[in-house]
Amino acid sequence: MAEMLALVHNEVIKIWKKKRFLLIVLTLLILIPVFVYAQYKITQNSLEKFQGDWRAELQTRITDLTRSLGSDRIPEEWKRWRRAMVQQLQYYLDHDINPNTPNAVTFTRGFMENAVSMFIPLMVVAVASDLVSGERSSGTIKMLLSRPVRRWRILASKLIALTLYVSLIIVTTAVLCYLISGLVFGYEGWTEPIFTGFRVSGADVDTSMVHAVPQYAFLLMQAGLIWCAMMCVAILGLMVSVLVRSTAASFVTMMAAVISGSILVNMASSWQSAKYLFNVNLGLTTYLQGTPPPIEGMTLGFSLAVLGIWSLAGLIVAFVTFTRQDIFN
Amino acid sequence: MADEKAAGKQAANAPVADKREAGQSGETVLSVKGLKKRIGRKMIIHDVSFDVRAGEVFGFLGPNGSGKTTTIRMLTSLIRPTEGEVRICGDDLVRHPERALRHIGSIVENPEMYDFMTGWENLEHFARMQPGITRERIAEVTEIVGLAQRIHDKVKTYSLGMRQRLGIAQALLNRPKLLILDEPTNGLDPLGIKELRAFIRRLADEGMALFISSHLLSEIQLMCDRVAIIARGRVIAVGKVDELVAQADTYTLWKLDDPVSGRKLLAQNPDIRIVGEHEHRIDDAVLAALPGAIVTVMDEGRIPAAVSRLTAAGIGIMAVQRVSPTLEELFLKLTEAETIG
Repeated sequence: MAEMLALVHNEVIKIWKKKRFLLIVLTLLILIPVFVYAQYKITQNSLEKFQGDWRAELQTRITDLTRSLGSDRIPEEWKRWRRAMVQQLQYYLDHDINPNTPNAVTFTRGFMENAVSMFIPLMVVAVASDLVSGERSSGTIKMLLSRPVRRWRILASKLIALTLYVSLIIVTTAVLCYLISGLVFGYEGWTEPIFTGFRVSGADVDTSMVHAVPQYAFLLMQAGLIWCAMMCVAILGLMVSVLVRSTAASFVTMMAAVISGSILVNMASSWQSAKYLFNVNLGLTTYLQGTPPPIEGMTLGFSLAVLGIWSLAGLIVAFVTFTRQDIFN
Repeated sequence: MADEKAAGKQAANAPVADKREAGQSGETVLSVKGLKKRIGRKMIIHDVSFDVRAGEVFGFLGPNGSGKTTTIRMLTSLIRPTEGEVRICGDDLVRHPERALRHIGSIVENPEMYDFMTGWENLEHFARMQPGITRERIAEVTEIVGLAQRIHDKVKTYSLGMRQRLGIAQALLNRPKLLILDEPTNGLDPLGIKELRAFIRRLADEGMALFISSHLLSEIQLMCDRVAIIARGRVIAVGKVDELVAQADTYTLWKLDDPVSGRKLLAQNPDIRIVGEHEHRIDDAVLAALPGAIVTVMDEGRIPAAVSRLTAAGIGIMAVQRVSPTLEELFLKLTEAETIG
């Protein structure tokens, strides 16, 4: 156990000294203000239009969405999504709760929701894809594997270090988001209620399970789900890093998978079996909000199972390959 | 100990041979038996066997592509042997790598370290991978390789020689019984090579076994007590360096002021064989110093007589030089013997 701790210590230090995490923080520091500014503009606009009357704003959105449902030019799956949105907004209106109070917590929630499909995976892959291929391209793998430590222990230590960094990335993203957006929107909003438990079945939204939770609880659940999805990305990234010798190749492979996933989500409702792909299942937070899943029949349990199976397979491939592999150069 | 001294004196005419016999009584540290490696359908290592004993410098000699590096990678558990056994201090490397590797320090090819960390951080990194290595030990190996001044600088600022030192420091961390160095003189300047040689000898004198690969016979002659010669994935000879080298002809080069009549005179002697220009493979660097020299093969003991005959005939002698055979020639001799036998 102490030995494992020392190995994890090594891996954590290497990732840190390679300044991977610093890069991630810098990216966040540049990107978040951009989105904060965009959100600020949107809030300014609606403030002008509705004079701060969120009920009128919500009503207008419902009317707009309902009107667009009559149009023939909009594809059926989009309509399905809009119908669900209308019902959800109506539910908020009926219960007299503003789903989008402008504050730092709401902004953070929204940012995390959008970041889960591309931005957070990008940061995770940036760390994961270098773990083994980086040692191979620099040649240090020879030193690493000729020490008296079993190979599976070395890979396990890398996996544990990666898990730590995945957690750190998610927490850092949320914290920086809160701190930066708070400058503009104020730091309140932790206890504002938000509804969760909408279930989409066919064209209808089932509201029988809906209950209000404070935003901080919602944010926690969201972070937990993002963590699960990102661990799958991280494990597959580690696997690719074992299989591919160059860091660049392994990074590109993994990002291509993530990006194609987020494209498929937008167009795959007619390709049913796409729901077994890991990259279509990364948006776990949509189940929390109650927006319809990309493909009919997907549920939170289903997505978790798919991600779990992919992760397990990835782990098996990574460990078997890593422990058997001959190191020629 | 007395035996060792006597043996040392006996071999005193060969400058590198001072401790040559020291290994004889040492225990076997590394034992390789019937090592084979197949990749796909191709056998790249056929059958490699040898023993390395405590206190000896063991050379592993072969041209590039002969299977040297593959063998070394099998000894350091980077490549899994298809067949055969490697035991290090009695521990089976394939079955219990975590035990066997404890006795080894190694540098495989270039000493690649994490260049985004300092030398010290690199040593700490490798120290954490094995039990019982203290800060004091890290400081000690830093002193041993003479890197104390720069140890807290990033490795990316190191020269090749400094990286080599850091690599050796890393390899010494766990007080290994066996040190494996793969082409250790690569990229070092002549002074660095000389220092390394002395360093290797010192380690052997302290009882460590050293396994050193090279593609240069001269290097092995200068450094090693015993040698295994590998060609095309097979060990073709194992033995004392001198004895193996003696199997190939040593040349005697004559530079005379009258080469034409000198050549005639030398050729008259049945004990001297004149070697034609294209029949030998002496290094060009050696020939450059003696342009137009007559290349002969003869006994060392017959040189004085030949000198007096030349002098008596009024032929001036500018230089007489003995030149060791090259690795290629040794190979030819050894493989010849193999096919005849």
